[in-house]
Amino acid sequence: MIDLKDVHKSFGANHVIRGFSASVSKGEIVCIIGPSGSGKSTVLRCINGLESYDAGTITIGGVKVDRAHKSIVDIRTKVSMVFQRFNLFPHRTALENVIEGPIFVKKEAEDVARRRGRDLLARVGLADKEHAFPAQLSGGQQQRVAIARALAMQPDAILFDEPTSALDPELVGEVLAVMKSLAEEGMTMVIVTHEIAFGREVADRAIFIDQGVICEEGPAREMLAQPRQARTQDFLKRVLHPM
Amino acid sequence: MQRFINDAIEFLPILFQGVKLTVIVTIGSLLLSTVLGLMWALMRVSGIWLLDVSARVMVNFIRGVPIIVQLFYIYFVMPDLGVTLSALQAAIIGLGIAYSAYQAENFRAGIEAIDHGQIEAAQSIGMGWWMVMRRVVLPQAFRIVLPPYGNVMIMMLKDSSQASTITVAELALQGKLIASSTFKNTSVFTLVAIMYLCMSLPLMYLVTRLEKRAAQSRR
Repeated sequence: MIDLKDVHKSFGANHVIRGFSASVSKGEIVCIIGPSGSGKSTVLRCINGLESYDAGTITIGGVKVDRAHKSIVDIRTKVSMVFQRFNLFPHRTALENVIEGPIFVKKEAEDVARRRGRDLLARVGLADKEHAFPAQLSGGQQQRVAIARALAMQPDAILFDEPTSALDPELVGEVLAVMKSLAEEGMTMVIVTHEIAFGREVADRAIFIDQGVICEEGPAREMLAQPRQARTQDFLKRVLHPM
Repeated sequence: MQRFINDAIEFLPILFQGVKLTVIVTIGSLLLSTVLGLMWALMRVSGIWLLDVSARVMVNFIRGVPIIVQLFYIYFVMPDLGVTLSALQAAIIGLGIAYSAYQAENFRAGIEAIDHGQIEAAQSIGMGWWMVMRRVVLPQAFRIVLPPYGNVMIMMLKDSSQASTITVAELALQGKLIASSTFKNTSVFTLVAIMYLCMSLPLMYLVTRLEKRAAQSRR
């Protein structure tokens, strides 16, 4: 469903992605791990055209991702994104955040969108918060609203860019629980994360990126428990045992 | 004092005619400067090089020429180019253009204050540039620019007196005309000053309120 072939991306002289190829099939959950600056977030941002790429091809359902082309709107409604810093619209309530896309991008009828929006908020455990503004919500609640907002687009896949990295430790669990329930329903997901245990439990496949290239890739359960490459071993050791 | 009151009773009706024009010039040029200023600001943040540069050139050009010269240009030079405007029209257009440069900088600051992550979030749900502006950026920028916008209103109210230089008989010019025909400079210009104050003090109060509200909503 999502195909990346030999993708390259530079920021000025900084060559952050150096030939990245991967594909994600429908219903698959892929988690991408790697040190900071390894290019993992950039890969994700290229997939839905928030970032342009310099060489190679990215296709979604056979359509090439080109942020200068009109088709990008269609691609973005099919592949939603959840951000590290939630990025909710602060001037709108939780429900308004969720129904913004369906009403103004997908031109859904307002009452239909509202009903579905309420269902989605209930699904992420925030039925009672529909009138709350983002500033009145905790980080974990904001991120769950952001997930509901992504789901409201009825996407084929969701990209998660370090969805729990900006959260206080005690709030991480509630977000991961929602993501796990999505996984169980068969949502296609690409997750950039440092939550190794979560990746091992939920993801089908893991990819370790270092310095813009895939260093190791394999079934998440095995690879995240017993990585073969020395660099992956070293990285996991440092993430799991920081002291 | 008694003399001043007698003068006031005599001159106020004439001065009020000036107030009417002052208000018309202020509101007219405020509206024009808002529309133009928003246009320059959107061009600046459009990400399209040509629009950005043309807006930048226009804004610097407008800022670099005194308002009074712009007014003279529109009123006295434009007829040579085949565009004849009434003094009132010329005043509104001249002040509107002159102030659009300041409005543009104000609006741009408001737009750029919006966290880029929100813009990306809006793009990620499929919004195009214009919809991102309309639904996400501008509603929030609006609240940010409101207090400085109020200050621009006060400045415009006072600067509308520059319209007198192109024969618009607004408050300042009416005062000058009465003063030069009656030689009652003290009474007349005191009245004129009081009348400007009566119009600008409520606006200042409004700005203070807006600033307080803005400070509160910054959570």
